Amino acid sequence: MAAIDANDIIVLSDVTKTFGTFQALKGINAGIREGEFFSLLGPSGCGKTTLLRMIAGFDEPTTGTIDINGKPMAGISANKRPTNMVFQSYAIFPHLSVAENVGYGLKTQKMPKKEIATEVDKALDMVDLHGLGDRGAHELSGGQRQRVALARALVMRPKVILLDEPLSALDKKLRDQMQVELRSLQQTLGITFILVTHDQEEALIMSDRIAVMFEGEIAQLASPEELYRRPRTKRVASFIGVMNFLDAKLGSQDETTLTINIDALGPVQVPIDIAPAGLNPATIDAVGIRPEMLTVLGDGNDNAEHKVEGEVTGTAYYGDMTYYTVQLPGSGEPVTISMRNTAGRSVLPAGSKVMVRWGAESVVLFE
Amino acid sequence: MSSLSKYLSGKWLTVYAVVYMLFLYAPVFLLPMFAFNDATIISFPLQGFTTKWFDVLWETQALHGAVRNSATVAISTAVISTILGACAARASARYRFPGKRPVMGFIMLPLVLPEIIVAVSLLVLLMQLGMSLSLWTVVAGHVLICTPFSIAILSSAFQGLDNSLEEASFDLGESRWGTFRRVILPLVMPGVVSSLLICFTISLDEFIIAFFLTGTDVTLPVYIWSQLRFPTKLPSVMALGTILLALSVVLLILAEWFRRRAAKKQGIEASAGGFM
Repeated sequence: MAAIDANDIIVLSDVTKTFGTFQALKGINAGIREGEFFSLLGPSGCGKTTLLRMIAGFDEPTTGTIDINGKPMAGISANKRPTNMVFQSYAIFPHLSVAENVGYGLKTQKMPKKEIATEVDKALDMVDLHGLGDRGAHELSGGQRQRVALARALVMRPKVILLDEPLSALDKKLRDQMQVELRSLQQTLGITFILVTHDQEEALIMSDRIAVMFEGEIAQLASPEELYRRPRTKRVASFIGVMNFLDAKLGSQDETTLTINIDALGPVQVPIDIAPAGLNPATIDAVGIRPEMLTVLGDGNDNAEHKVEGEVTGTAYYGDMTYYTVQLPGSGEPVTISMRNTAGRSVLPAGSKVMVRWGAESVVLFE
Repeated sequence: MSSLSKYLSGKWLTVYAVVYMLFLYAPVFLLPMFAFNDATIISFPLQGFTTKWFDVLWETQALHGAVRNSATVAISTAVISTILGACAARASARYRFPGKRPVMGFIMLPLVLPEIIVAVSLLVLLMQLGMSLSLWTVVAGHVLICTPFSIAILSSAFQGLDNSLEEASFDLGESRWGTFRRVILPLVMPGVVSSLLICFTISLDEFIIAFFLTGTDVTLPVYIWSQLRFPTKLPSVMALGTILLALSVVLLILAEWFRRRAAKKQGIEASAGGFM
């Protein structure tokens, strides 16, 4: 359960949602802080979009409460909430110009025309669409439509902007660019952004905090770095980046350290505080090590504390990186090791006998 | 050999198409031909050009009454059918409810039912209910046969409407009614106009139901039919028919133009759906 404090602009308490017999959300508890970039990350069908739509007011929770800005939202419809949404399809009104689209919500508020025009120009400047106000909606490219949708939400000066997979329709290059732009815009304006995405890389790049969701539950809510370095479950670990899992058991424990016997690597001593809260050391059955935490050495000339012999069974050359598949002693799955292709380091062919170096601090414990 | 057979089949296809079109449209062309013919008897050879049959129409009081009746019926039918059609098309595009398929099926059924069956059934029903026949009973009958056309036209307009557009409007603080007025209505408007025009045209031309269900006030087709008994009036009926033909063609072209504009607005292929 995430701790809830006074800085939270959105508080979700025991939120559930049931569609017929299908339980889409099974008791969500989370607090979203004012001014942060918060991501709901998970595979399709995990309930992340349902949760976002309930925050927007398009759906009501079956049980539980949603508070925004200190006010319970039950019975308050989407047009009365201090949130604005950027839709996956952008939902640009096709019969209106860019300026009319952006000014749509202000017109609803009966703002005078001159002020609307000023506000619309400001919003278009923010998203780099200066001077495109007279364009028709059908004359825009995908990236421009995305910016119009964003400007239309920004111009309302909402407490929270909700983004439903806003970049999924863009090509890779534009998506990378928009990720950086969205993030810097959010930091400049200080508005709370809530992003729904299934793209873990996108979530890591943009977010202050990420809630990883599986099957209607939050599996882990943490900063990108913590999520990557200290995933709490095997499922989170394999959803975020690549993780090598090695069978392991608890050897012994004392006040400060755990001794773990890793089948393929041998015993290792780790500080007891790297174990996630609530983990009973006796139930440890695996450790995880990220590919970049392992190092392939062509020879054994290294006085590392932890090293083990292995054989390269495959290589994948990515230009800046090489990914090796290495079979360690024992019958377990081969591990993936990534190596930066620095000057003077050549790619090892399959079949090479190598030494694999690793460090105790890079080990993640799983039950 | 194969090119020869291709040549022959291509040639025959052209001949077939021409004969087919002649069969369909030659009688239609006879109408204006005799409307401008300076003779009381409808037969070849043509006697000379005149517009006096149109002048006769101008002077016939009973005809003017029939035109007014037809206009009342056609406009009422168009408005009622389009409103009903819009509700049904919206429900069918937007909501899922039990029995949706059979319900939609029954609404569309009058499209294929023989009109005489519909007319006789309605007459029996109205008699049983003790209602007197009037222009409004004709409107009721016409609404029954026009609503399916209206649904067919408006369904494409409503189905093309992205759900998130409504949500976006709502999200930006607009009310349900405001969303309908500012987003939905402008987007389906061309479809609505197209539906109004088609229903107006169908009602204006319809004879069987109007014949069975009208009281003392006759509509234009019923009036024309009654005039056919007097051979001397035949040329002026031809003139009237010419006017009606031109009007129908213009209305249908307008309707299709509006429908295509609606489709284009929503970025749908213009040739998809519709009647033309």
